Amino acid sequence: MKYLTTIGLEVHVQLRTQSKMFCGCSSEFGAEPNTHVCPVCLGYPGAMPVMNREAVRKTIITGLMIGSKINEFSKFDRKSYFYPDMPKNYQISQYDKPLCVGGSVDIDVDGGIKRVAVTRIHLEEDVGKNMHFQNTSGVDFNRAGIPLMEIVSEPEISSPEEAFAYLLALKQILLYAGVSDCNLEEGNVRCDVNCSVRQEGQNEFGTKTEIKNLNTFKGVLNALKYEVVRQVETLESGGNICQETRRWDVDTGVTIAMRSKEYAHDYRYFPEPDLVPVVTTREQIEELQSNLPELPRYRRERFVKEYGIPEYDAAVLTADMSVAGYFEQAAKLSSNPKAISNWIMTEMLRLLSEKELDIRTVMITPSALAGLVKLTDDKVINSNSAKEVFAVLFDKGGDPNQIVKEKGLIQVSDSGAIEKFIEQAIADNPKSVADYLSGKEVAAKHILGQVMKLSRGKANPQLVGAILEEKLKVEKQKKNG
Amino acid sequence: MADLKMTSVDKIDVAYVAHLARLFLTDEEIRTFQGQLDHVVAYVKKINELDLKNVEPTSHAVMVQNVFREDVVKPGLSVEQVMSNAPATISDQFQVPKIVE
Repeated sequence: MKYLTTIGLEVHVQLRTQSKMFCGCSSEFGAEPNTHVCPVCLGYPGAMPVMNREAVRKTIITGLMIGSKINEFSKFDRKSYFYPDMPKNYQISQYDKPLCVGGSVDIDVDGGIKRVAVTRIHLEEDVGKNMHFQNTSGVDFNRAGIPLMEIVSEPEISSPEEAFAYLLALKQILLYAGVSDCNLEEGNVRCDVNCSVRQEGQNEFGTKTEIKNLNTFKGVLNALKYEVVRQVETLESGGNICQETRRWDVDTGVTIAMRSKEYAHDYRYFPEPDLVPVVTTREQIEELQSNLPELPRYRRERFVKEYGIPEYDAAVLTADMSVAGYFEQAAKLSSNPKAISNWIMTEMLRLLSEKELDIRTVMITPSALAGLVKLTDDKVINSNSAKEVFAVLFDKGGDPNQIVKEKGLIQVSDSGAIEKFIEQAIADNPKSVADYLSGKEVAAKHILGQVMKLSRGKANPQLVGAILEEKLKVEKQKKNG
Repeated sequence: MADLKMTSVDKIDVAYVAHLARLFLTDEEIRTFQGQLDHVVAYVKKINELDLKNVEPTSHAVMVQNVFREDVVKPGLSVEQVMSNAPATISDQFQVPKIVE
């Protein structure tokens, strides 16, 4: 029997703000327990929340990035439940008037594009963190009150791999929008996943389960892979799926049913009386819309069109917004964008990851890279020297022309000088010459290397190759003649 | 997130709501409050006599909107002050009974 999988994701994203959602406490990660707290986020009686303007703005920007309709009238509501991570026994969230409604995220699926619809984006406050000790638990409220966006997808995702692709695409959009750092190690992105399976041909969805609090994309992928198989096997063996909340256990690689919290889903939402509504005018929305950053997908397509680089290059370069920005700055200054792309995709990205550096603070400027490409294209330096110059630029910055002069790297294209190097190499390496003459073609490579060495890497390799070939031909004739 | 369906409440189930709110009521208290709340609900229901088809539900009684603060960090409380309110603490955290999932 063939089964269809249906997945919906709720993604909680920490917004990039300095302070919390409703008070001035720092939202910095990693502070000592209970050092970023105040009467508001601890829920002291009488303390009044006030909305963080920046958090609201960034949520609206996110909505616009994915094509949501922005609710001109939006409000906050109280979501009541009891759990020791909640100082107030309610969480301030949004119920029926979220900031953003609708929208979609495009994902790459089997070489094509699939559009996954988004139901809504609302803004809420994070809760505290529980630490577990031997016989008790502790609560740290530093995280309580940090602004979170909850992005809810429609149940339109049909495989664990699609869910993974959706998360990658969403993260890229959030980074481009500058609304979140999306730092997974710091728990900036956390997912709740709904999943059900049904037999092919059956119209209504199967019973779904929810897997809560997955904090890595790999975790989402693996948990879903497990859960889909578990549900299919349960049904195949005549069992039923219970609507329940499950937990992903990374160590054992299985999902486990959580102890059901009685009535947990009766949250009794009602309008938060301590906060006034958010009213966003058409003009404000248009203003934000007109200053919106480019979507990663559009940038990728534009790079191919505008700079004539391959689809593959464009995908690599746009994966990271700052890398894309760097490429574009350099490409604008160069007549050879493909060469710029090659440098970035190979040397640059390799060195950045080796030395754990960020392209935004790198020493080599986009104009220096463009200059280096020009020096190579004009055959002033050869590709070996170019690598040397790149390494210097990467370490210390500066002007490539200056470095070429200082290091005396200007390529030797004078055939007289090259001939001399070749004659010497032939005289110095009789064994290689003999090998070549006895039919070992590779020996020529060794002689070419010796020539480059004699020229201290400055000889024009194409010219060396051509002249060497001639010379060796002559040697061959001598031998055979 | 829960279903976005509004549940229409004809009658408040006091025992159920008390359970949700972690209130421990005696049977007699439940009966008393049930009677009182039934009266309150009946009173509020009077509003149904009006034609409210084109009236948006009121979420706030004041006509104020958009009260924001700028995204600026301000000092909060010291950890000593915070912990002085806690009935029990462990490693500068509020101690609670062990949480099991």
